[in-house]
This record gives sequence, structure tokens and C-alpha cells, in this order.
Amino acid sequence: MEYKDTSDIEISLLLDAVYKKYGYDFRQYSEAHIRRRIMNRLTLSGLGSISQMQDFVLHDKSFASLLIQDLSITVTEMFRDPDFYKALREKVIPVLKTYPFIKIWHAGCSTGEEAYSMAIILREEGLYERTTIYATDFNQQALNKAKEGIFPAGLMKEYTLNYQLSGGKESFAGYYTSSYDMAIINQALKKNIVWANHNLVTDSVFAEVHLVLCRNVLIYFERSLQNKVQKLFYDSLTNGGVLCLGSKESLRFSDLQGEYAVLDQKRRIFKKKYE
Amino acid sequence: MKYEAIVIGASSGGLNALTFLFSALPPGFSIPIIVVQHVGSRSDSQWIDLLNDKSKLHIKEADEKEKIEPGHTYIAPPNYHLLVEKDKTFSLAASERVNFARPSIDVLFESAAEAYKDKLIGIILTGSNADGTAGMQKVKACGGLAIVQDPETAESPLMPASVIANTAIDYVLPLENIINLLLKLY
Ligand SMILES: C[S@@+](CC[C@H](N)C(=O)[O-])C[C@H]1O[C@@H](n2cnc3c(N)ncnc32)[C@H](O)[C@@H]1O
Repeated sequence: MEYKDTSDIEISLLLDAVYKKYGYDFRQYSEAHIRRRIMNRLTLSGLGSISQMQDFVLHDKSFASLLIQDLSITVTEMFRDPDFYKALREKVIPVLKTYPFIKIWHAGCSTGEEAYSMAIILREEGLYERTTIYATDFNQQALNKAKEGIFPAGLMKEYTLNYQLSGGKESFAGYYTSSYDMAIINQALKKNIVWANHNLVTDSVFAEVHLVLCRNVLIYFERSLQNKVQKLFYDSLTNGGVLCLGSKESLRFSDLQGEYAVLDQKRRIFKKKYE
Repeated sequence: MKYEAIVIGASSGGLNALTFLFSALPPGFSIPIIVVQHVGSRSDSQWIDLLNDKSKLHIKEADEKEKIEPGHTYIAPPNYHLLVEKDKTFSLAASERVNFARPSIDVLFESAAEAYKDKLIGIILTGSNADGTAGMQKVKACGGLAIVQDPETAESPLMPASVIANTAIDYVLPLENIINLLLKLY
């Protein structure tokens, strides 16, 4: 008789428990990475097995919340992949300029660095005042941080370099005030950003928008889930709207690949065709 | 053929070592090879093209969800962790650095060991940090074969020495002999 790997069974049961109890659905996230995060939490917890962790997940809310944080990867940067932002300035901003009002959706915005980068570009291009930025994530802790807009000052050197490489010509230091070891994002950049909790797996279309950015989120999903979420973006976009993915993500596994024109293949920028 | 995949980890000095290795492997070498070479987060992928030019194997950057094929060599892209899924496809992750590295050798080796079990060969080459030590332990724990470049012959001895100090290694060899061994094993 062939036995299945015990840890495979345990992981699948643990993810079932998280979903049934808390509604967070990680069952179609890429397994290798999920396994890694679970094994790390297991080591830190000092528990003997994944099955024992399942017991804790079901009966101890604070332990469950730790695990859910582990499974949501929030690593981000301002002007991450400067090349992308450069292409955004050159190829997407001209499209946005044709609209009287602009709506943008950052799906999986994490702690907000991406949305603030967008706000900076929109200001420099004179579009900020007529734009609403919806920035959503299913990680409330990350959203709370995003709303505050306070980042470690030590990161600003790296972000300044990113900003300059992305084609930024102003003084980056003008976009925040320093206080001790903190950098506080200017109020003026915050006022048109709406932060909201939204789960791409279990919630439906968020709003009708001209531009969707979902970067470095789909890489953690299996193909079938990627495909499902792509449908959500397609339904959210206006005709001629623009979709931006992370630099290692593509529309390859999406049934909707044919419904987009490529604006920039390398920077993963696509334009929804007119229906 | 007993082995279904080879994972290689290298850090400082790795470009020379990999060039030497891949110039020597013959065109028919069919076991897929997966490589993590530590590079700076802003580095581009040009060195992969250069390596490919010098090799008779097909060397490319690993893509998200790409299927691992015989006769191919895959390199982790800069600034992403590279993982192997049980269905022998790749996942990429932009999560925290591991051992100050992204891509990290441990992340590749541990996931590959889960996927290939005793059908995996792990090789640690030159480097000056301890990334790869935990990964190689996992390779051994899953029944795979562990090969380490002889620290005395490595441009940077620390990384291979750390693996040797912490794991029961099957072969500690200079690069030329690693090549000969691989030619015998496939
Ligand atoms: C690596 S961050 C990407 C941040 C930013 N877009 C960037 O590229 O720098 C991934 C974010 O996706 C969020 N995420 C993961 N699964 C999600 C889901 N099902 N619904 C909404 N957000 C999700 C995580 O909480 C995390 O904040």
C-alpha cells in the first residue's frame, strides 16, 4: 500500500481549518511557499507537528492571526522596479490624461508604498486632484500601517534611488517629513487614497476603474486561482483600461489573455481591448 | 537514471565556477539543473545569457510556473526566491531575504528536496556566507546526494566549509572531479 506524505495531509487540513474558521482561503496558493511559511511557524512555536498547530489555530485566535500574517507576504518598496514606473509615466499616464476623472485600484497594496508612489507620479503629472486611488488588501494590519503612512527613515535612501531611477525629477525628500527615525508621508499625498479591506479570492468586483495594479500578489497563487482573479480585474476595468502586473507575472495562464493588447511586455503592462 | 534533478548553490566566486562547470558539461547531459547564484538586487540577467553562450546546455532564467524539463538549466532571477513545487514546476517568491539573500540557496534546496526526495543531487560551490547549509541538510534528510566543492580549491571557502562542518557530505571534490562524477552519474 502506498501512503501519502503525512505533512501533505496535515498542511491541507490546516488550510481547511483556517478557511472554515476564519474565512481566509489559502488552499490554492502555491504549495512550496505555503509549506515553507508553515514550517517556519512550526519551528518558532516549539510545537511538535502541524496537526498540533491545527489545534492551536482552531482554539487560539492570536496564534491563528500569527499564522495568517505569515501566509500573507507583505514585502514591498516605494518605486519597486523603477523600470516599471518609468514605463508607467511614459505609456500609461498619457492614457489617463484623456479621462476627466480617474479611478485606480491597487489590489494587494500591502503597507501602501506602491499607492504612495503612484500618488507622487500623479501629482507630478498634474492628475492627482482628479484621481481616486482605491488601495485594498486582505491584511488589516498591513492596511493600518498603510493608512498611517509612516516608514522607517532608514529606507528613504533606497527609495530615493528607486524614485530617481524611475525618472523622478523632483526632490524626493519633499514628499515626507522626517521625525526622529521616521519618515511621514505628506498629507497632500494621502487625501485621495481610499484604503479598504478586500480579499481577491473570496470577494467580488470592487469598483469600476481605469487602471488596476496587482503586483507581486498573483505569483503566490496556483494557475486556476490566477485565472479566477484575472476575471475579477477584467470585469473591473473600463474598456481601454490598463492592467499592470508584477515583473515576473504574466497573462499566460489567463483565459483573457486575448482580450488585452500589450503596452509593454517586459514591464507587464496590458490594455483592455474595446468590447 | 537514478537522479532526476541537480540543484547548485554558489555565491562569491560563483560566476567563474559556474562558467567552468557549464563549459564542460556535454550537450546530451539530460538531468535538469537548477541554480541559485547570489547577485545584487539591482543586477540584470545579462550574465545568464553570457553563461548560456559558453555552454552546450540550454540555460535560462526560471519563469514562474515553468515546467522543469530534461536538458535544461534554470537560474533563479535576481531579487526572487526560487522554489520547486511537487509537480516539478517553479514558484517565485519576493518574500523576506533568507540568510541575507534573495534568491536564497536554502529556499531552493529545501523545496527541491521535498519535491525530488532521494532523486536529487545538491551541490554547493564557492561562497563566503552560510546560505546552503540548512538546504543541504534537508537534501540529505530526504535521501539525496550531497556534493561540495573542496574548500581548498574554492575562490571563497566559507560556504562549502560551513556545509561540510554541519552535514554528512557524500563527496568533497575539486570542480574538475565534480564534473567527472556528474558524467558518471547521469
Ligand atoms: C508582496 S505584497 C505586494 C505589495 C505591492 N503590490 C508590491 O508589489 O510591492 C503582496 C500583498 O498581497 C496581499 N494578498 C495576498 N493574498 C491576498 C488576497 N487573497 N486578497 C487580497 N490581498 C492579498 C498580501 O496581504 C500582501 O500585502
